[in-house]
Amino acid sequence: MAGLSLDLIAVQLFAGLALGAIYVLFAIGLSLIFGMLTVVNFAHGAFFMVGAYVGLFVLMMGGNFWLALVVVPLVVGVIGLIVERFLVRPLYGRGIDYPLLLTFGLSYIMVELIRIAFGTTGYPFDTPELLQGAVDIGIGYFPLYRLFVLGAAAVVLLVLWLFLEKTSYGLIIRAGARDPQIVRVLGVDVSRVWLVVFGVGTGIAGLAGVLAAPLQGVIPEMGSTILAEAFVVTVVGGMGSIGGAVIAGLLVGVVVSMTSLFAPEMAKVSIFALMAIVLLVRPQGFFGRAGLMS
Amino acid sequence: MTKKTRGSKFITRRRLLTTVGTGAMLAASPFRINVVKADEPTIKVGFPVPLTGPYGTEAQDQVRAAQVAIAEFNDAGGLNGRKAELLVRDDKLNPGEAATRALELIEKDKVSFIVGSLSASVQLAVNNVTKERKIIYNSISQSDEINEAKDFSRYTFHEALNPHLTAGAVGRYAFPKFGKKVAFLTADYAYGHEMVRGFQEAGKAFGIETVIDVRHPLGTSDFSTLLPRIQALKPDILCISNFGRDQQISLKQATDFGLKKSMKIVAPILLYTGRLAAGAQAFDGVIGGTSYYWGIEDKVASAKAFNDRFRKMHDGKVPSDYGAMGYAGVKVVLEGAKAAGSLDSEKVIPAIEALKYDYYKGPEYYRKCDHQAVQSVLIIESKSKPEKGPADVFNVISTDEPSEANLRTCAELGFKS
Repeated sequence: MAGLSLDLIAVQLFAGLALGAIYVLFAIGLSLIFGMLTVVNFAHGAFFMVGAYVGLFVLMMGGNFWLALVVVPLVVGVIGLIVERFLVRPLYGRGIDYPLLLTFGLSYIMVELIRIAFGTTGYPFDTPELLQGAVDIGIGYFPLYRLFVLGAAAVVLLVLWLFLEKTSYGLIIRAGARDPQIVRVLGVDVSRVWLVVFGVGTGIAGLAGVLAAPLQGVIPEMGSTILAEAFVVTVVGGMGSIGGAVIAGLLVGVVVSMTSLFAPEMAKVSIFALMAIVLLVRPQGFFGRAGLMS
Repeated sequence: MTKKTRGSKFITRRRLLTTVGTGAMLAASPFRINVVKADEPTIKVGFPVPLTGPYGTEAQDQVRAAQVAIAEFNDAGGLNGRKAELLVRDDKLNPGEAATRALELIEKDKVSFIVGSLSASVQLAVNNVTKERKIIYNSISQSDEINEAKDFSRYTFHEALNPHLTAGAVGRYAFPKFGKKVAFLTADYAYGHEMVRGFQEAGKAFGIETVIDVRHPLGTSDFSTLLPRIQALKPDILCISNFGRDQQISLKQATDFGLKKSMKIVAPILLYTGRLAAGAQAFDGVIGGTSYYWGIEDKVASAKAFNDRFRKMHDGKVPSDYGAMGYAGVKVVLEGAKAAGSLDSEKVIPAIEALKYDYYKGPEYYRKCDHQAVQSVLIIESKSKPEKGPADVFNVISTDEPSEANLRTCAELGFKS
């Protein structure tokens, strides 16, 4: 193991946490929608990809990255609202596999529409000028943009947490997730609550997409890899637990990073190995409520 | 729950086949159809390429270029009036799928030749089928193995470059200029392994030292955990041997990590399509090899002629590197048939072996022992900004002239003389 120093291990750990933050960002919309609606959104990756393309479109129209950060979650969130209202809503109460299959099919349609509109070839997505280059973080150099994504993930989580835990609307959402019937009896229009949750979840997926674009470019298939990663994070953290998703995301990041250091060819498998181990020991994940899937 | 995470492959096969099929029909010059006698079937060329999947962009360009070769053959009167037709199939970048499609093309569609594939393992699978059925196969994708005696058959031709030749050419250019401490970042499959071996063999003459060889899984979308280690080792050169989207993402992220400031990044192959998809920033200053770059048209007459025909047929686009190989691959078998005056494999083989051709990039010929196309390798550097239109992405900084000396010898490959 040539060149292994303490500094390197520290950088590697940091890179893992930063990657983990990106995983959390990828997973949080999925986890939110599952936790509150028990809808397994297989189109999550497609919303992510659409987010990147909406961002691309904003740039093509002469806008800048910062404008895209505002426009993308709104546009993708609205698409989410439409999907919930007209496609997902008729399926509530029919079992978990109905919306799952619906969103699965929807993801194909979304990818295909993007291919028709933008072509099958990928597009470059340059890092915004302000965030280009690497900075010295004391233990080594790290890309400024990744630090920015780290911060953005923290902000998204904080806002989401404040919204769910500290606002009265968040209270209704949480109550609706526990027992929709009682909430309905109390005179709350639960279907509107679910509409909002779905819109917020897809909006965050879109935001994650545009934030990922400068890291990996834009291509119609970019959602498929992150869908797998987001599922692992959600499953390991416990389906439906946002706190669990955060811890699981960071853990997955660190596991990938450390595997990369010692056996890079195993990095991809390590994610799934971790998931298998967690599921064997704790089938509901770190903070999952048992029986949510049944 | 977990098994459902698999649902991540997207199928566009039908749409692609329709598009491609229509294109192929248009290419077959409708005005001449009535000249063809009804009892004379067309000459069918099977073309299995990965239309869907990560190399879809490159594969689609291969199809476009192959159509140019078919149109050219038909416009010139075909084989005594018999026209050619391209049967495009999606091999999905999967050896099993490719073998099935190849078998189908031979058994059901009665193709005379097969040209295609875009992966080392896929072409070996196709080759296994074609050599058993005694159908000529011209591979247009990089592989060292296909040249070796155990995989070779007299029906096997290899129009593409091979890793030994490509990485060797890039290494011979880069090692004396940029230094001896070399790190590798390699896609963990045959293509990557063969490229690294090519670099290291070429590097022996310059006394290079391998500081690390990081192998990453195919289809990696984040390299941030692989790069700090490479950076810490402070190599003079980083050879990134991967392909398609892996190459685009790794170059982009290596740029973000500031690796270019302390080391020279080289790639065995710099893809034209990849550079367009990833942008100038990611590829800026990276040096690599290629079989073809449209920009050589200023100096090479056949390149100019090919580019112009391609532009005319495909709304002003220029052909990509791998696309151009689709053209040459199909052109070779059809010209071979013409020279032999027959479609019989046994007669076409010696005719192709005897070809000395310059179809699109300068002189080429097939070496007798392994049917490897002996050809030039262009060394290119990615520009920081396109100057003459968006297609102007590379500078050709050197040309490794065609020479059998740059290939592994016939004896090394296991051929007995």
